[in-house]
Amino acid sequence: MTNVLLIIFTISLLYLGIAHRLLTYIKILALQGVLLFGIAFIDLIQIDAINLAFVLLETIIFKTIAIPFFLNYIIKRNKINRDAEPFLSNFISLIIITLIILSTFILSNAINDSRISKIYFVVALSTLFTGLYIILTRHKIITHVMGYLVIENGVFILSLAVGNEMPMLVNLGILLDVFVSVFILGIFVNRIGDVLKDGDVDQLKNLKD
Amino acid sequence: MTAIYLAAAFGISGLLFFNRNRLFNYLLVIAFLALQTGFTVYEYLHINTTESGYFTADALGVLMLATLSIISIPAMYHSYVFISKEKENPAHRAIYFAATVVLLTAVSAAYLANHIAVTWIFVELTTLSASALIYHRRNSRTLEGTWKYVFVCAISITLVFIGILFLSFSLKTAGADDLSFAVLLKKVPELNLFWLRLAFVFIFTGFTAKLGLVPMYTAGIDAKDKAPSPAGALLSSILMNMGFVGIFRFYTVIANSPLHIWANHVIMIAAILSIFVATVYMTKVKNIKRMFAYSSIEHAGIVMLGIIAGGVGYYAAILHIIFHAFVKSSLFFQMGQIYRIYKTKSIYYVGDYFKYNLTGSIVVLLGFFCATAMPPSGLFISEFLIFRSLFEANYLPVLIIVMLLLTIIIWAFGKNIFKLLFSPAIDFKEDDIERIKPAESISQFILLGLVVYLGLNPPQEFVTLIHEAIKNLPK
Repeated sequence: MTNVLLIIFTISLLYLGIAHRLLTYIKILALQGVLLFGIAFIDLIQIDAINLAFVLLETIIFKTIAIPFFLNYIIKRNKINRDAEPFLSNFISLIIITLIILSTFILSNAINDSRISKIYFVVALSTLFTGLYIILTRHKIITHVMGYLVIENGVFILSLAVGNEMPMLVNLGILLDVFVSVFILGIFVNRIGDVLKDGDVDQLKNLKD
Repeated sequence: MTAIYLAAAFGISGLLFFNRNRLFNYLLVIAFLALQTGFTVYEYLHINTTESGYFTADALGVLMLATLSIISIPAMYHSYVFISKEKENPAHRAIYFAATVVLLTAVSAAYLANHIAVTWIFVELTTLSASALIYHRRNSRTLEGTWKYVFVCAISITLVFIGILFLSFSLKTAGADDLSFAVLLKKVPELNLFWLRLAFVFIFTGFTAKLGLVPMYTAGIDAKDKAPSPAGALLSSILMNMGFVGIFRFYTVIANSPLHIWANHVIMIAAILSIFVATVYMTKVKNIKRMFAYSSIEHAGIVMLGIIAGGVGYYAAILHIIFHAFVKSSLFFQMGQIYRIYKTKSIYYVGDYFKYNLTGSIVVLLGFFCATAMPPSGLFISEFLIFRSLFEANYLPVLIIVMLLLTIIIWAFGKNIFKLLFSPAIDFKEDDIERIKPAESISQFILLGLVVYLGLNPPQEFVTLIHEAIKNLPK
């Protein structure tokens, strides 16, 4: 069952590569939150109840409801254009994300460790690099934030791989997630939107040599 | 004691944040400095004891903590000067000092943490407090600097976390306490090399944002440029030391594993690229503050070269990072005075500094000699030792490339500094320039004097501490 959810998660990354509208990105992020909830629930059922409740709350309340809602609010408030404005065409994006998934697959062959299942490693690393790819190839600051949130999802999957032995690391990951996301989105809501109306990275090119 | 220190320091920063009274603000800052100094002395007297489970004042921690305490006093003084020249704004002042106190506390705690996850938490805290300092002037330029800094640091802190996860994979049987540096060092032979390799790549890349090496150095440059000068001094001295401590402690683990040679190659590539990038930008940079920031990138590269060379290079690397912190912070303090006279940071519109601020220009000249590692600067000694160790370790091609690049850097640095000191300024109105009190430069003279003194005649205690810090590295 976890494998199915993880594979759906990987497919959502491919969809992210070809998505055009910002609203689609938000929906994909919410979907990923639900998938993470399922994975965490099946995987961590053995750890103690408080930790489990904490993890599940984070995935369902924070990742699935609060963040998408917040992103939506930012887009409406700052009147950000609904197009994602990628530098590269969708076809190329799809190819590159497929290549990312393939190469992590090949890399995972080098693992000789029976304790860690390879699928976590493959999905987490492909999510991480897809997030970085989205940050590099999208035009808007808000899509950079979304790329960062995708990276955070990858980190969460990776931390689930050792979740049963070290729940502390999962909690630390959640701490990072909540702390940094709130901080980054907070700056966005309060400052960036007021100063830079379009939220375009081209406006962030004043500091250079 | 660490727990008391953390509680008291965070308490002071909380009071600073809510307090709007000017006098009470400065009393709190003085109380914090007393606390910081007392804590450093206490940790020095109780070296190698573990407190609260996660903090051990080992030799490296004590050395860095002492460096921090020495720099924090002039930093607070210059912050006071900086704030008093601005239009009175109690809220901005409160945020500035509260963020500085949190930054200093988090960096101190990160120095002493003996567990990689605890180090990570405090590194994250420094990002938050530093961003408040960078945003101090509250205009679109500082917003841009802050946003870039926060975003790049958020990504690099995530990379460090991924590295920690891989590190936990590499342990055969994992437990919550197993990620402390001492346990890792003991378990090195048992670690799974595949995961350890990945862990090193991610943790190293993540910490380069704080140390200022390729690939993540970019955010630091904008941050040091846009932050007020006293805050810039903190960012380019003690915060870089924190990145160094993070990399160094993990490198000590790696160096005892079969991955030692491989890790050396990774660090070598990053270090040479950093010095190369610094050279390229130093020759074309037009902003004095950014020039100082690029010079920090160069020195971070030299320090890492010392680490990979081994032998006497380990000793020299630690010496170099400490001296660099003193020199670079005094140059940044001086930058505040330059900005007050010329109202610009651009190299085009400054000049004849000797005429307007004699003591300040002597500081700039001495700082230039120290930063480019000319004798009698202590950096000359450490850089010389690093070059010697590179030679002894058969890194001759590296040595030749680095020396060529350093020559270009000294030329570029000197060209700009001499323009500032001796050439007449263009379109500069001399009528209402501010008279800088010579007393404001005393702290810079002390810091630079310390560099010369510790380089020429290091006290026995200081040498013992450095040797103690590198004792776990292979010869």
